[in-house]
Amino acid sequence: MTHLPSTSRNGMAEATEAVEIRPGLHWIGALDPGLRTFDIILRTANGTTYNSYLVRGSDGVAVIDTVKAEFADDFFARLESVARYDEIKVIVLNHLEPDHTGALPELMRRAPQARLHISTRAPAMLKALLKPSEEHPLEYQAVDTGDEVSLGDRTLRFLHTPFLHWPDTQCTYLVEEATLFSGDVFGCHHCDSRMFNEQCGDFRFAFDYYYAHIMRPFKTHVMDALKLIEPLPLQIIAPTHGPILRDRPRRYLTRYRELSTSTFAERIGNEEPTLVVFYMSSYGNTARMAESIRTGAEEAGARVSLYDLEGGEIQPFVDLVESADALAFGSPTINGDAVKPIWDLLSSLAVIELKGKLGAAFGSYGWTGEAVRMIEDRMRGLKMRVPVAGLRIKLIPTDEELAECRDFGRALASAIVSGEKGRVIDFADLG
Amino acid sequence: MAKAKITFSDIDQTVNVPAGTRVIEVSEKIGAGVIYGCREGDCGTCMMHVEEGWNNLTEPSVLEEKVLRENMAGRHDRLACQAQILGDCRVKPA
Repeated sequence: MTHLPSTSRNGMAEATEAVEIRPGLHWIGALDPGLRTFDIILRTANGTTYNSYLVRGSDGVAVIDTVKAEFADDFFARLESVARYDEIKVIVLNHLEPDHTGALPELMRRAPQARLHISTRAPAMLKALLKPSEEHPLEYQAVDTGDEVSLGDRTLRFLHTPFLHWPDTQCTYLVEEATLFSGDVFGCHHCDSRMFNEQCGDFRFAFDYYYAHIMRPFKTHVMDALKLIEPLPLQIIAPTHGPILRDRPRRYLTRYRELSTSTFAERIGNEEPTLVVFYMSSYGNTARMAESIRTGAEEAGARVSLYDLEGGEIQPFVDLVESADALAFGSPTINGDAVKPIWDLLSSLAVIELKGKLGAAFGSYGWTGEAVRMIEDRMRGLKMRVPVAGLRIKLIPTDEELAECRDFGRALASAIVSGEKGRVIDFADLG
Repeated sequence: MAKAKITFSDIDQTVNVPAGTRVIEVSEKIGAGVIYGCREGDCGTCMMHVEEGWNNLTEPSVLEEKVLRENMAGRHDRLACQAQILGDCRVKPA
């Protein structure tokens, strides 16, 4: 069913009316209950919303973000229910993704006097979006953390929060109402016309799922943004997707902090550098290599976990990869390639940050042994460092070869244990 | 071949590189925090701040200057995909 709700009861979204959040502060976005796949990568079982907000001050009106192009009619109808176009003084774009800027060109045509406010990283993208010409040059105000724009008795203050999840992302804070227009941060794909978090159905899963797919690769930037947001008095968080968070909004900050810091080390208080070894083995030879590598790495002070890919699902392994300092992948070579479970795992890592992790590859082979080099190339492609050259052994490892495996484990562990901070690395050794 | 040292402040690591190497080639491999987009000097995603050795990077091209301006770059900001290392320098993500 893709019908739009038609009720106008208290606080519920109707197709043509704005929803009042506070006097002079309205939701003027759009509901998209029929959406099932967002941006190719995300699924949603009950659609999404494109949230846009209108703030009225004694000296003008601000519109914060717009909606996806095909929902522009709903957006303009809601806007017109609470303001005239000639009252709009400010348009804020918290990031320029098309699902929030689709109605922008038409809004600019209807409110030509309104000044665009975008982050300092957004001008190039804005030009790509609006394609200005000499006859129609582009005017905008680029703003950074601490910059403000006054609406008379109300003030919008900007927070630069890059990479959440676009490079140009910012948040906008309505000082007098302690309201944070957070863009996609704290958002989720969950369409509920009741609009407010304490009235909606259970959307905790959607909130976590959204974080996992959109924000997780940018955890460091989430932590930087939280440093800016946490000190603010906060009564309402108004994101661009999903429910408006006005009941205990700080819970959602806490949740973001938890999701951004819940590493293995934090959970169990483990201070040792960690190495996770993933392997597949046809005849037990690559498995024996894995065990010897573990022995060597433990001798050198790493905490090693050994996982046979045959015995698990991809998703928990992705979590293990994210928490580990170093990874080793062991694969036999079958018909000139590493085996599929290795590639399944190595192609599922886009949702986490891998930069700077150490990687290594090993494997036993019968005839050709290409797998090890191919895995090394993939790891480099994922921006991992490969400090120890891969180890290949033909068929059954001898005692000497198992000793080589222990050395290999020791060398890999040493690279993480000693760390390389402060040391000068030669470019040629970066692989 | 002439060598130069580039230090990435965010991860406190220094790499000895052949002169002429682009910053992107090093920062990706070492895992520094610079984030890359187009890698061809157009999107401005890889903007970095040069803390020391500003003059030890190649001069920005007209194209790079334009992208830096559009991204409201500060005085010693450069694009890591464009700047080549000529002498010792220290950088961090912008």
